[in-house]
This record gives sequence, C-alpha cells and structure tokens, in this order.
Amino acid sequence: MIYVSNLHKYFGALEVLKGIDIHIKEREVVVVIGASGSGKSTFLRCLNKLEDITSGEIVIDGIPLNSEANVNAIRREVGMVFQRFNLFPHMTALENVALAPQIVRNLSKQEANQIGMELLIKVGLSDKVNEYPRRLSGGQQQRVAIARALAMRPKVMLFDEPTSALDPEMVGEVLAVMRDLAREGMTMVVVTHEMGFAREVGDRVIFIDEGVIVEEGNPVEVFSNPQNPRTQAFLSKIL
Amino acid sequence: MNINWGLALDSFPYLMQGAKITLQFTIVSVLFGMVLGLIFALGKLAQNKLIRYISSAYVDFFRGTPLLVQIFLIYFGVPQLFSFTLPDNYQYIAGAIALSLNCGAYTAEIFRSGIQSIDYGQTEAARSLGMSHFQAMRYIILPQAFKVVVPPLGNEFIAMLKDSSLLAIIAIEELMYTGKIITGRTFQPMPIYLMVALIYLVMTMALSMLVNYTEKRLGKSDIRK
Repeated sequence: MIYVSNLHKYFGALEVLKGIDIHIKEREVVVVIGASGSGKSTFLRCLNKLEDITSGEIVIDGIPLNSEANVNAIRREVGMVFQRFNLFPHMTALENVALAPQIVRNLSKQEANQIGMELLIKVGLSDKVNEYPRRLSGGQQQRVAIARALAMRPKVMLFDEPTSALDPEMVGEVLAVMRDLAREGMTMVVVTHEMGFAREVGDRVIFIDEGVIVEEGNPVEVFSNPQNPRTQAFLSKIL
Repeated sequence: MNINWGLALDSFPYLMQGAKITLQFTIVSVLFGMVLGLIFALGKLAQNKLIRYISSAYVDFFRGTPLLVQIFLIYFGVPQLFSFTLPDNYQYIAGAIALSLNCGAYTAEIFRSGIQSIDYGQTEAARSLGMSHFQAMRYIILPQAFKVVVPPLGNEFIAMLKDSSLLAIIAIEELMYTGKIITGRTFQPMPIYLMVALIYLVMTMALSMLVNYTEKRLGKSDIRK
C-alpha cells in the first residue's frame, strides 16, 4: 500500500530525514515512535506531501507522489488527523465532515450529509452534529476530525500525535475510535507517545531517531526486548 | 461680521442633495474597491512572481501617493495620454475610478493580512482532504478571513466616505462641493461648513454602527478557539 524508498528531507541545511525505507502493507497498523525532533512527524507529513521531500520516492496505492495531479489524487485516498485537530471553526461538526465529499468527490449535499451523520454516530457524537467546534471538548473535536478524514473514504489514515494536545481524561475516547478503525482493517500510520495503544493495536512499531529508522518489529518484542541501545534509552525514559 | 445661522437650516435640503451624491460615490468605490482588493490580495499571495510583483506595484502606488494626485492623474492625465476629448460627464467616471482604485489598494492590504492571520493548519487540513488551492481559499480561508477583516474594512469605508470630499475639486456636486457653491453665493462659510461637517458626521456614525452590527452578526460561529 505504501512504499517509501531512500526518503531524504532537508529544512534548509538541516537534514531531518536521512534515508527512510519502509513498505507498509494493506490493513497494517504501523506505530511510529521517537523523541521529539527525531523526524517522525516530518516523515508522516511527507506521506501526503504536506512537506516537500528533498529526494527519494514515495508510492501510495500504486500512485507515485511526484506530479501535482498525483498529489491531489493521493490526498483524496489518504486521510490525515492532526495534533491540533484543525477543524474548520466556521462550520458545524456535520458541515466539517460533509464538505470535502461534496466539493472533492462531487457527492450531493444529501449524500454527503448522510455519510457525515453515519460517521458522527460511529465516533459517538450523534448529539453534537450541529455544534460548532469551539463548543466541543478537545476529545470531541478530535473525533470530529477523524470522522472528517473518514468521510473521504480513504484507503490510508495518517495520525500525527492525535492525543498529544488532549487532557488525559479525553485520550481514551480518541484511542477507542482509532482501535475500532484498526479492527475494521484500515491501513494506519500513527505517530504517538501512547505505548499502551502501540502495544495493543500496532502490527509493527518503528523507532525513528535522528532521521533514520533505528529499529522496527513487533511492538511486544520491541518494547520488551529492544536491540538497539538508542531504542533502549528512549523506552527506558517513557515506559 | 454677521453670521446668519438660519442659513444652515435653509441650505440643508440642497446639502442633502450633495450628501446623496457623496453616498453614491462611496458605495460604488467601496464595491469596486472590494473586488479589486480581493483580486490584488490574492495576487500578492500568489505563487507566480510576476503576479505578485504587479499586485505589489499597484498597492504601493495607490497607497503611497495622495488621492488628490490620483484624481488629477485620472481626470486630467489619462485623457491626454489617449488624446480623446472629454465627454460631458467625464468627471464622474474619473472620480469613481480614482476612488475605486484607491480603495482597492487599501482593501487589498486588509484582505491580505486577514488571509494571513488564519492558522496555516486550516490550509493543511483542507489540502489533506484533497481540496485544491482554490477550494481551500473559497470554502475554508476566505470565510474566516472575512470575519477578521470586518473592523478594518469598516474603517476603510469610513475613510472613503470622508475622502470622497476631494471630488469637489473636479466639480462633482457631492456634499463638499455643494457647500462650497452655497458659500460662494452667500458668503456665510461658518453655518454652511458646520452643517456640511454635521452631515458627514451623521453618515460616518451611521456607517460605523452598521459595521458594529455586522461584526456582531458574524460572530455566531466565532473563530476564537
């Protein structure tokens, strides 16, 4: 589903990603961990070209991420959830979810609203359909954001630290939605510090440090028996 | 010197005729100014260097030179450039064009700063959903930017209403010009110009109330997070 080969990314003179190679299969849940500044978020953002890549190759669902037309095609198939939600504040929850299907997929308003309602019910917000984002809690906003991304019927979902901006008591409700999604077979790439989630839901965990994948493998094995000293140091600090 | 205060009231109906013209020129220039402003604001934010350069040149010129000079350039200068004879009512066209171009330049800067004040995460979210650059602008950025720009836009409209008094110089019968004509006949500048000032004041205050009202109505969904 996702092929990345020899991905390099510079910010000015600073090399943030130093040759990432990874192949992510359909229905796989890959959890990306690493210290802040390690390049894990940048890696994720490269996957739908929110960051321009300096060199290397990315192919998603058979589409190479090179031309502008392909970028738009890939973005339609790849949903993204942000740390800071980025809901559209001038629209209600339902409008947030139903907009893109209408203007990007050319569905009728009625069809789009139907999809929007189903997804808001799915994320447990059937009673918040007509609320504006500022009247929702952080956890509710993030669940709307997930529904918004799902409304495009994506083949891959990217999560960029989806629970890092949330109060602790709201983390669970967002992770529950993500867990359901994984169970349904969605291909997911998740940057997170939630090690419990990584262990339970992740098929594979990759540890990025200083722009390279230092270690990867089954989450249970990596967490209980890390091979690389840098992984060991990182895990000893957070587990 | 006798001051005939009663003249202020006597001249009122004539001055109101002028005020009507003042309002018409303000509305026309504000409408065209907003269209120009949006176009050149997007131009200043465009990827294309040439478009950015042209847009900046326009904005810099019309913000950096006096409106009076612009009126003269368009009223006297442009006909010379194309050497056509003036139609009888050319001053109206020239006046409206000068005010619109001037208003457009200020409005462009207001729109540009409004657009740039919207969190970049909004654009990223829109683009990540597959929206084109245009769609992200149209559905996500501009609706939010419009709320941000209502207060400065209101100030610009009030400034425009007052600046339209410069049209008196090219003999457009707006409020200031009407006051000048009546003063010329009666030699009573104090009551006449005081009444002129009063009428401007009422119009600007009404406009400012309208802006406040719009601001409140737009606050419904609110952009504060």
